[in-house]
Amino acid sequence: MATTLFMPDVLVIGGGNAALCSALMAREAGASVLMLESAPKEWRGGNSMHVRNLRCMHEEPQDVLVEAYPEEEYWQDLLKVTGGLTDEPLARMVIRHSSRCRPWMRKHGVHFQPPLSGALHVARTNAFFMGGGKALVNAYYRSAEALGVEIRYDSPVKSLELKDGEFVAAITESGERITAKSCVLGCGGFESNLEWQREAWGQNERGEWTAENFLIRGTRFNQGVLLKFMIDAGADTIGDPTQAHCVAIDARAPLYDGGICTRIDCVSLGVVVNREAKRFYDEGEDFWPKRYAIWGRLVAQQPGQTAWSIIDQKAIGRFMPPVFDGTKANTLEELAVKIGVDPATFMDTLNAYNAACQPGIFDHTALDDCRTDGVTPAKTHWARVIDTAPFYAYPLKPGITFTYLGMKTDATGACRFNEVPSTNLFAAGEMVAGNVLGKGYTAGVGMSIGTAFGRIAGVNAAASTGHRHPTFHEELSYAAGH
Amino acid sequence: MPPVTDLEAPVVGGACEAGVNFADALTAGEAEIARIMQICNACRYCEGFCAVFPAMTRRLEFNKADTHYLANLCHNCGSCLYACQYAPPHEFAVNVPQAMARVRVRTYQDYTWPLAFGRLYERAGLTVALALSGGLALFMILAIAMNGRLIHEPLAGDFYVIFPHNFLALLFGVVFLFAMLALAVGVVKFWREVSPTRDGNLADIKAAAQARVPAVAEAVTDVARLRYLGGGHGDGCNEGDDAFTLWRRRFHHFTLYGFLLCFAATCVATLYHYLWNLYAPYGFSSAPVILGSLGGIGLIIGPIGLLWLNLKRDALRADVKQNAMDRGFIMLLLLVSATGFALLLLRDTRFMALWLAIHLGTVMALFLTLPYGKFAHGIFRSAALLKFNIEKRMPNRLGLGGE
Repeated sequence: MATTLFMPDVLVIGGGNAALCSALMAREAGASVLMLESAPKEWRGGNSMHVRNLRCMHEEPQDVLVEAYPEEEYWQDLLKVTGGLTDEPLARMVIRHSSRCRPWMRKHGVHFQPPLSGALHVARTNAFFMGGGKALVNAYYRSAEALGVEIRYDSPVKSLELKDGEFVAAITESGERITAKSCVLGCGGFESNLEWQREAWGQNERGEWTAENFLIRGTRFNQGVLLKFMIDAGADTIGDPTQAHCVAIDARAPLYDGGICTRIDCVSLGVVVNREAKRFYDEGEDFWPKRYAIWGRLVAQQPGQTAWSIIDQKAIGRFMPPVFDGTKANTLEELAVKIGVDPATFMDTLNAYNAACQPGIFDHTALDDCRTDGVTPAKTHWARVIDTAPFYAYPLKPGITFTYLGMKTDATGACRFNEVPSTNLFAAGEMVAGNVLGKGYTAGVGMSIGTAFGRIAGVNAAASTGHRHPTFHEELSYAAGH
Repeated sequence: MPPVTDLEAPVVGGACEAGVNFADALTAGEAEIARIMQICNACRYCEGFCAVFPAMTRRLEFNKADTHYLANLCHNCGSCLYACQYAPPHEFAVNVPQAMARVRVRTYQDYTWPLAFGRLYERAGLTVALALSGGLALFMILAIAMNGRLIHEPLAGDFYVIFPHNFLALLFGVVFLFAMLALAVGVVKFWREVSPTRDGNLADIKAAAQARVPAVAEAVTDVARLRYLGGGHGDGCNEGDDAFTLWRRRFHHFTLYGFLLCFAATCVATLYHYLWNLYAPYGFSSAPVILGSLGGIGLIIGPIGLLWLNLKRDALRADVKQNAMDRGFIMLLLLVSATGFALLLLRDTRFMALWLAIHLGTVMALFLTLPYGKFAHGIFRSAALLKFNIEKRMPNRLGLGGE
C-alpha cells in the first residue's frame, strides 16, 4: 500500500462546517493541515451547504441579532426539545461559545444578514448567513486555501489505522495510506446511508420498512463509513440510531439535497391527514418553527410514512411559498379523489374537524383562541373551518436532516475508548452532535455544535502536535465556564 | 421541477415577437425565471445580496411583467449563483444570473422603439460594425466634400474650419435627441407594465405617491453608487469564481462617470458657444477640455477593465450570445475616448481633419446605437430600481407566518 510521503500535523477528514473550522483553527495554530473531502468540489461542504443560520446566545443586541438571548434561555430551549437527553456541561459550552465565535467567522469571510422575510420568529435567536451555508462553506474554503491548508476532493476515507486508541493513519477508498500526527473526524452522520437507516428503523407492526420512505434533506455523501468503523473499533458512542433531525417535507422532494425549500409550512394553517384520511396530531400545538422538528417522526409513524397537509384559500399567502405546487381542487371530495384517499373517510374527518372549530379571533402571529372542541385529536390554535375553495393538498414524507448517533466525547472533542480519551483523535460536527442533542431539534443549533466542536477539536488536534493556538485560549475558557 | 431546456422556443406561440402583452404566455426564458423564482421563494437564503430577492418575496407567482422587472433588477453580480445549494449539478439547476441575463436582452428588444429595430439586438456585433463604418464613412466623405481633403496645413485646432459648428450641433443634436426619444418611449412602456400601481388600486396609488420622493432619492443613490455591484456585503461581485471583487464596480464607476464627464464637457462647450460666445478650440486648462479629458481617462480605464472582466467571467452565469452586444458597446466607448485623445494631441497638426472625422464618426456610431445596444441596460435597470424602491415602501399584501 502506498503511504503518502507528506505527513501533516493534522489530518481533517470531512469537508463541512465542522471540518473546516477544525482545519482553520489547526492551521492558525501553526500546524500543517491536510483536509480530505469525500465529495467532488461541486458537492463539497456536506450538509453545511444547506444550512441557514447559527443559534447564538447574546446578552444584548448584536449587529443582526435583536434584543437578548441569554445562556439560561438557550439552555431551557435545548432542554425542552431534547426532553433532557443532553449533556448539560457540553451543551452550555456550545451555548457560550456561540456568543463569541462570530468575529472569528467574519474574519474568515462569513457574512451575516438580517433575518429572512418569513423567518422573523428567529430574529432574536439566530444569526443568518448571507447567502446561506454554501456561501459560508465557500468562504471557509477560500480562507483555508489562502492559509495553506491542503485540500483534496473526491477523497473518501475507508478506514483508520489505530493503535491503543491513538490515530496512526487513514486509508482512503483508493488505497492510499495517509499518516498524520493527529486527526479530526468531521465527516458527518450516517443519514445518507439508506441501508443503515433501513436496518436502524427496522420493520413496523404493519410489516413496512419504515426508512424506505424517508427522504434525505442533505448531502448524499454522509454514508457513515468512519462512524461504523469507529463503532466496530470499540469507540464509545452516544445516541440512538433512529434519532435524527427529522422534519416533514414535501414527498416530491428529491431523494438527496432537497434542502430548505422542500419544507411545508402550512401544517398549522390547516389539517393533516394520513393515508387512511384521518387526522393524527394537533396541528396547532405551537408555532410551526417550534413544531416542525417533531412532524418528521409523526409522519414516519403513519401508514406508508406519508400524510397530506390540507388547507383552503384562506391560508394562501400566509406561509412560506412551497417549492412544488399543491394539488388543487374546488371541493374537498374532489381533493380526496385527487390525492388518492378514501373520499368518504376524508369527508368524515374534515366534517368532524369543521364542526368542532370554535369561534375565535384568528391570529397566526400569536397562540390565538381558534381551537376545536369535541374532536380527537384536538387542534388547539389556528383552527379555522376549511370551507373556502380552492382547496390544496401537499404530500408529506419524513425528511432526515442528520442523525444523532455518534462518538461520545468531552469538552476536548476527543474520541474515547472505554472512557479513556484519545490524545490525538478528535471528532466534531454531526459525529458528536448526539452528545448535546439526544433527540429533537431547534433551528440553528446544529451549526452552534459544529462550530464549537469543530474549532475545539482543531485547536486540540494542533495542540497534540505541539502547536498552540495563539488566541483561542480566552474564548475557550469563557465557553468552558472557567 | 425539470429545468426548461430549449430557452429560445416560446412555450406557447410567439409571445415576444410583437412586444410584451400581459395576456401572452411566457416565453421559455421567462418561464425559466418563474420556475427558478418559485424555488428561490421557498428558500430565500440570498435575500441580503440584492434587490431581486426582496422583490421576489412580495410575490407568489411570476407573470411576464414580473420576470422582466426582476431580470432588470439583477446586476449579474453572481453572488446568488455561487451561494446556491440548488445550482448545477443539483437537479433543480437554479442559475438566477443566467436566466435573468437571457430575459434582460429580451426586455431591450421587446421595448425597443421603433419595435422593428429590436432585431438589432440579435445582431449586436453587426449593428455596432455598421454604425461604426457608417459613421466613419460619413465624416470622411463630409470632410472631403466640404474641404476637398483630409490632410491639411495646421489649423491651430480650429475644428469649425472643417465642419461648421452649427452643422455639427444640428447633426448630433438630432441624432442624440432621437436616441433619447427612442429610449424614453421604450422605458415608459416598460414602466407602465411593471408599475406598482398598474392594477389601478386606489390604496396602491396613494401609497406609491407617498413613496415617490424618497424612492427617487434612494434609486438615484443606488444607481450613482452602483450599490448592487457591492454584493450586499460590500465585498463586491463574483467574476471567475466564488471570490468577491470590487473591480467590476470600480470599472463601472470609471465608465459611468467618464461618460457623464464627457457629456458635461459637451454641455459646457455648448454653453460657452451660445451663451458667452466663447468659441473652440478651448485651451488645455479650460473647463470643456478638463472635463472631457477626465471623462476620457475614465472612458479608457473603465472599458478596458470591463472588457478584461468580461473575458474572464465564469461562462456558467453569462449568456454567451450577448458577448457581442457587451463587448461591442465597451469597444465603442473605448474608441470614442481613444480617438478623442488622439484628436486632442493632434489638433494642431496636419492630421486634425482626419482625426476629427474619425472621432466624430465613432461618436456618431455610439449615439446611433445608444437605444439599440448595451447602453439600454442602464436605463432599464434604473427604472427597475425605481420601481423596487417604490414597491418596497408600499404595504406587503402577503402576510407570511411570523411576520
